[in-house]
Amino acid sequence: MVKTSFRTAALASVGLAILAGGAARAADTTLIIESWRSDDLPIWQDKIIPAFEKSHPGIKLKFQPTPPTEYNAALNSKLDAGTAGDIIACRPFDASLTLFQKGNLAAVNDIPGVDKFSAVAKSGWSTDDGKSTFCVPVASVIHGFIYNKDAFTKLGIKPPKTEEEFFAALEKIKRDGTYIPMAMGTKEQWEAATMGYQNIGPNYWKGEDGRLALIRGKQKLTDAEWVDPYKTLAKWAPYLGDGFKAQTYADSQNLFTLGRAAIYPAGSWEVSGFNAQANFKMGVFFPPVKKAGDECYISDHVDIALGMNAKSKNADAAKKFLAWVASPEFASIYSNELPGFFSLQSTAVDLKDPLANEFLFGRQQCKSTIRSTYQILSRGTPNLENETWGASVNVINGTETPDAAAKRLQTGLASWYKPAQ
Amino acid sequence: MTPDPSPARARRWHILVFLAPAVLIYSALMIIPLIDTLRLSFFTPQDGGQTFAGFQNFITLFTDPRWSVSFWNALKNNLIFFLIHMAIQNPVGIALAAILSVPKLAGRAFYRTAFFLPTMLSFVIVGFVWKLILSPIWGVAPTLMGFVGLKSLFGPWLGQESTALLTVSLISVWQFVGIPMMLIYAALIAIPDEVVEAAEMDGLTGFRQFWKIKLPLILPTLGIVSILTFVGNFNAFDLIYTMQGALAGPNFSTDLLGTYLYRTFFGFQLQLGNPTMGATIATMMFLIILCGVMAYLFFIQRRMRRYQF
Repeated sequence: MVKTSFRTAALASVGLAILAGGAARAADTTLIIESWRSDDLPIWQDKIIPAFEKSHPGIKLKFQPTPPTEYNAALNSKLDAGTAGDIIACRPFDASLTLFQKGNLAAVNDIPGVDKFSAVAKSGWSTDDGKSTFCVPVASVIHGFIYNKDAFTKLGIKPPKTEEEFFAALEKIKRDGTYIPMAMGTKEQWEAATMGYQNIGPNYWKGEDGRLALIRGKQKLTDAEWVDPYKTLAKWAPYLGDGFKAQTYADSQNLFTLGRAAIYPAGSWEVSGFNAQANFKMGVFFPPVKKAGDECYISDHVDIALGMNAKSKNADAAKKFLAWVASPEFASIYSNELPGFFSLQSTAVDLKDPLANEFLFGRQQCKSTIRSTYQILSRGTPNLENETWGASVNVINGTETPDAAAKRLQTGLASWYKPAQ
Repeated sequence: MTPDPSPARARRWHILVFLAPAVLIYSALMIIPLIDTLRLSFFTPQDGGQTFAGFQNFITLFTDPRWSVSFWNALKNNLIFFLIHMAIQNPVGIALAAILSVPKLAGRAFYRTAFFLPTMLSFVIVGFVWKLILSPIWGVAPTLMGFVGLKSLFGPWLGQESTALLTVSLISVWQFVGIPMMLIYAALIAIPDEVVEAAEMDGLTGFRQFWKIKLPLILPTLGIVSILTFVGNFNAFDLIYTMQGALAGPNFSTDLLGTYLYRTFFGFQLQLGNPTMGATIATMMFLIILCGVMAYLFFIQRRMRRYQF
């Protein structure tokens, strides 16, 4: 009798436990997040997920990253097999656009908060006509120049505002001889284009105005707006230090953080690495303008967004999560944990990192644009982005004149892109 | 003296069984992909699928300036890459083998290993080490050249259009000189002592003996070495990719057919991959190598006399 009641009690408790578990499972929805940012795993686990789960009881998050090089392939096969997570980290432009066109990503136009993002912020994850947006913009990287504050103080140089001041500063550093004026190499090619051409270019083509005019075929790469940045770039060569033609990206980073170079043409993704390595004060200045008082433009390039698997079974929870991603709360956590990756929201975020803050200051001073070659213009062969790498290197190395380079790029683009013809 | 009775034949199934794994794996991993690549080069992507396009891809590759300029450039670079190997790697390989085969040489095993060692290193390591050695900022090359007063001759060789291809070729020669050296060394020590002694009796020694006796005897091996070099060079990809990146800079001056194929087939940066044009380039590489090997077999191998002792 005692035994029986014991067994009954045991059974009952097991049953209760199952019921309780079942009830808990019914109430909790778990959203799986696919991402290529495996570096961010601790930040998601320690900061972002707890913050979200606290304010949204009943929804659990699971961050499930894949290494960057495998992400596109892994994601595509998971989506095809129907095993992909609910939330999907979106790369900008064509990679995600293809997913949206194939019906793998849902439109996010109706998610609260999405309408508050600027058109530039949404450009990486919208259809060409801008009507449908399919991912909530998360972060961008900003271009500019990081400089060694100690070196500038020692040589009595102020961060340059105009091109004249910029080259005067370079000349002064060169004549002093203590520092290499600017740390950049042309060996790996992409630096010359990304940190060179796309960094200084927006001031010439007036940011979005020029970029969109190029896409619509109203401007050509042979127009002064697009050739002049190459001419300026060509003038960098004497200030890049010995053997810059064989200098790699890592070389440039090391030269600067070891204090051997005074200026580093940069993207804001360097912030956390440089903070850890450099033991001198650093500051940021933005691409110099022609005349003092000219409107300035910065490359504020969209980099990562979060979207929703169109076939997700937890669509409601996913929408709630995306609405939170579009909120200032998420922006504040994300930008502070990953200095150098800036929230794309219009609401200003308070950043604790001083160097990242200086980059962010660019958005208040200058108008934002994205890299000119990324949207639409690099879909064909020859590929405008890759060609721009080559052209930037050639003009700096002096093996091609800016005019010849521009003519070659325009011919290449016009060969497959109708509006450019 | 009668031949084996025929029932033995019936039991030869074991040959098939033992061959099967190799044949199956080789077919699955090499032959079928090769045939599929050849097939793919006749198609063009359309609406998510592929449609038959005949020779259109080849016509595009040869006549459309968007493709042909890169193709001829890669082919030209590949040819230069091959010629540098033929002109330097193989003579140096012969010289090293000849020196190693001198019976009185001390420390032979050490030299043999030292020269052969780079061959076994991975491309990534070779590329990385040489990039460091030649780095104008941290490299030891400028310092070492400074010791002998030649520092003014140092330049950023990997970053200049005029020198990049030569530099990369020489690094590849450095890496692979061990293979011709070993093959020729094996051929040299296989020459029977009687022949060498006979030559000595006739008063042929040293350098003259090498030219008149040994070199003709190892000619078949030189042929093999040349064709191996040819096939290896026209398939080359790894070293360029690790040292100069997929864009084979500066300004495509180190672009080989292999890197061109990679960029086309898999895409690069914002460039999306184009499998059918990639297959077309791969087919051209296959044909070039096939023609080279056939020409070798037809014109050289057939006429080669082998000495029997």
